[in-house]
Amino acid sequence: MRRIISILMENEPGALSRVVGLFSQRGYNIETLTVAPTEDRTLSRLTLTTFGDDLKIEQITKHLNKLIEVVKLVDLTEGAHIEREIMLMKVKATGAQRAEVKRTVDIFRGQIVDVTSSVYTVQLAGTTDKLEAFIGAVGEAQVLEVVRSGVSGISRGEKVLSI
Amino acid sequence: MEKLSGAEMVVRALQDEGVEIIFGYPGGAVLHIYDALFQQDKVQHILVRHEQAATHAADGYARATGKPGVVLVTSGPGATNAVTGIATAYMDSIPMVIVSGQVRSDWIGDDAFQETDMPGICRPIVKHSFAVRDPADIPEMMKKAFYIATTGRPGPVLVDIPKDKTSPLVKVPYEYPKKVKLRSYNPVTRGHSGQIRKAVEELLKAKRPVIYAGGGVIQGEASKHLTDLAHKLDFPVTNTLMGLGAFPATDKQFLGMLGMHGTYEANMAMHNADLILALGARFDDRVTNDTKKFCPGATIIHVDVDPATISKNVRADVPIVGPVSQVLEEMVATLDEIGVTPDEKALARWWEEIGGWREYHGLRYELDPNGPMKPQQVVQALYKATNGDAYVTSDVGQHQMFAAQFYKFDKPRYWINSGGLGTMGFGLPAAMGVQFAFPDAMVACVTGEGSIQMNIQELSTCLQYGLPIKVININNQALGMVRQWQDMQYGGRHSQSYMDSLPDFVKLAESYGHVGIRVDKHEDLDKAMEEAFALKDRLVFMDIYVDPSEHVYPMHIADGAIRDMWLSKTERT
Ligand SMILES: Cc1ncc(C[n+]2csc(CCOP(=O)(O)OP(=O)(O)O)c2C)c(N)n1
Ligand SMILES: [Mg+2]
Repeated sequence: MRRIISILMENEPGALSRVVGLFSQRGYNIETLTVAPTEDRTLSRLTLTTFGDDLKIEQITKHLNKLIEVVKLVDLTEGAHIEREIMLMKVKATGAQRAEVKRTVDIFRGQIVDVTSSVYTVQLAGTTDKLEAFIGAVGEAQVLEVVRSGVSGISRGEKVLSI
Repeated sequence: MEKLSGAEMVVRALQDEGVEIIFGYPGGAVLHIYDALFQQDKVQHILVRHEQAATHAADGYARATGKPGVVLVTSGPGATNAVTGIATAYMDSIPMVIVSGQVRSDWIGDDAFQETDMPGICRPIVKHSFAVRDPADIPEMMKKAFYIATTGRPGPVLVDIPKDKTSPLVKVPYEYPKKVKLRSYNPVTRGHSGQIRKAVEELLKAKRPVIYAGGGVIQGEASKHLTDLAHKLDFPVTNTLMGLGAFPATDKQFLGMLGMHGTYEANMAMHNADLILALGARFDDRVTNDTKKFCPGATIIHVDVDPATISKNVRADVPIVGPVSQVLEEMVATLDEIGVTPDEKALARWWEEIGGWREYHGLRYELDPNGPMKPQQVVQALYKATNGDAYVTSDVGQHQMFAAQFYKFDKPRYWINSGGLGTMGFGLPAAMGVQFAFPDAMVACVTGEGSIQMNIQELSTCLQYGLPIKVININNQALGMVRQWQDMQYGGRHSQSYMDSLPDFVKLAESYGHVGIRVDKHEDLDKAMEEAFALKDRLVFMDIYVDPSEHVYPMHIADGAIRDMWLSKTERT
């Protein structure tokens, strides 16, 4: 099962390498990873997605918690949550394709953020599924370049991950 | 406030931490620190002959005393030489602080002379590491390093210090913090009372219980609590390789060691148990054999201070995260409070069954008085000569297993070996650490002619500091453990397991200024042992020739259950 693990950790050099190192050391896979400081500059928020059954995820979270710099973490997939990923994409936009791409972008509520005579640069935010559906709809043959941010997420309702 | 240089702060922090002894080797990046060491006399520095030995010596000191071991090495090769010892300590959860020098900070990343990314190299083998960026941070980092190394599940912590941060030209105010708090590190200090009660109820229901106790009981100073509980319940106890001494080996409730080379009765009892109380143990593969076949009928209570150990290899039915000593104390109190006793009749039947296993196959080996000596015999002679009162360190191989099987450890911290990493070369430097901690104690290093050569240079350190260690070299002229596997699994093809061109160990010991004794006859063994231990202020190197073809039994049959064992070259379960 796919999991989104969200981590609050000390914003210190070496902290990120310890998290990433843990995954390779113990043979766990990281699917996506994003990290940035939070409103409190001493803390970073790291979100990663990985695959595993309950047993494996339990191990991963326990080992992450053991890292001295990890302050708190949550498996967002355990409860209701919002996940978002942002994608920037260059798409061929010539001839009849040009209008077609524009229509598809509108349907997916994306934005065209840069234009040349033959290329649209599209920005799209949403769940991983939505981003993949968009790539499917445009057609892989039309896609020139894709950059994705990796998933970030937050739980629904009043629950907050803070110290 | 007093102003000190970074180097002086490192040394003062050690003093303020109560460190009496450190093990190290100098080099460019730590010369400021060595100069600061020179100008004080509270912290004694032991000069080893190889940095790996510094870590093992600090490790042996830590295992014998419970206090953290401290190591000081220079950058680059000094630091990388220490890596094996750090990994050894990490695998066995030994508290250790390693101060490694680093090139000046403005050179970091430039592939400067003797630069290695020590925090990077050590990431998977330390509990934590610090890289000093500002000399003013040194006191707090040192305090944190000791705090992290010694609390929760202990482990090694690295403090990497660039040379410019120790410069005598930069002095900053020094104050050693009394306490540190880390918002992200709060080891559990109490087990959950509800879980403890649930565990006690399971203990009282059990008809075929076994207490399986590991190194965590020793590290967690819980041997007395374990013994109390076991006696109160009349439950059988088995110890892991790391746990030997946690429960007295001469106690009639002791089943011996369990696992790959565990006793027949310990492994049989585990397999047939309906309840396993695992204490400070980690269900290591050398214990369980195939986990899918492990103890099929048992309810498992698992007590450990490290939550990540619980249900890692074997699922626990009643997990309890907490210090073993506190949890055991509360278990005993809860038992008293409930006032119920275990099922006596069932226990009597269980002890009878265990008695049958003991009778069928206790630890044994064949001895031909006209044939070569046996390694087991050497360990028994050592036990006799020392009255079971020696600290015994060991290297890795058959001799290690024979020592574990045949030296009956009645007290915690007397058996000192590299269980997790299995590091050949550990024994002699570890014995040095023990002897420094207890100058008047008997310290024996049980080793093999293979292992001893991995840190033999330390004989020189032993002379310098007058360490009267007794090296018991069980010389089977082979990498015995490797050879055993080759006999059993590779059709007897002894690929590279023969130790050709051995040195004359007696002469070698003598050239290092020690006493050497060669033994190759049965009738000389006891006398030679006594002679060696009578030389109270000399290191004696005993080179004892034994049967090269002996195997360690019992031995797990690969991929079987814990009860599946070879019992001799021809019998199996
Ligand atoms: C540093 C290191 N290298 C290799 C091994 C693999 N190994 C395990 S036991 C052993 C043989 C040890 O020989 P010796 O010290 O003579 O002990 P014996 O088994 O003969 O008693 C070897 C090579 C190891 N454990 N450690
Ligand atoms: Mg040998």
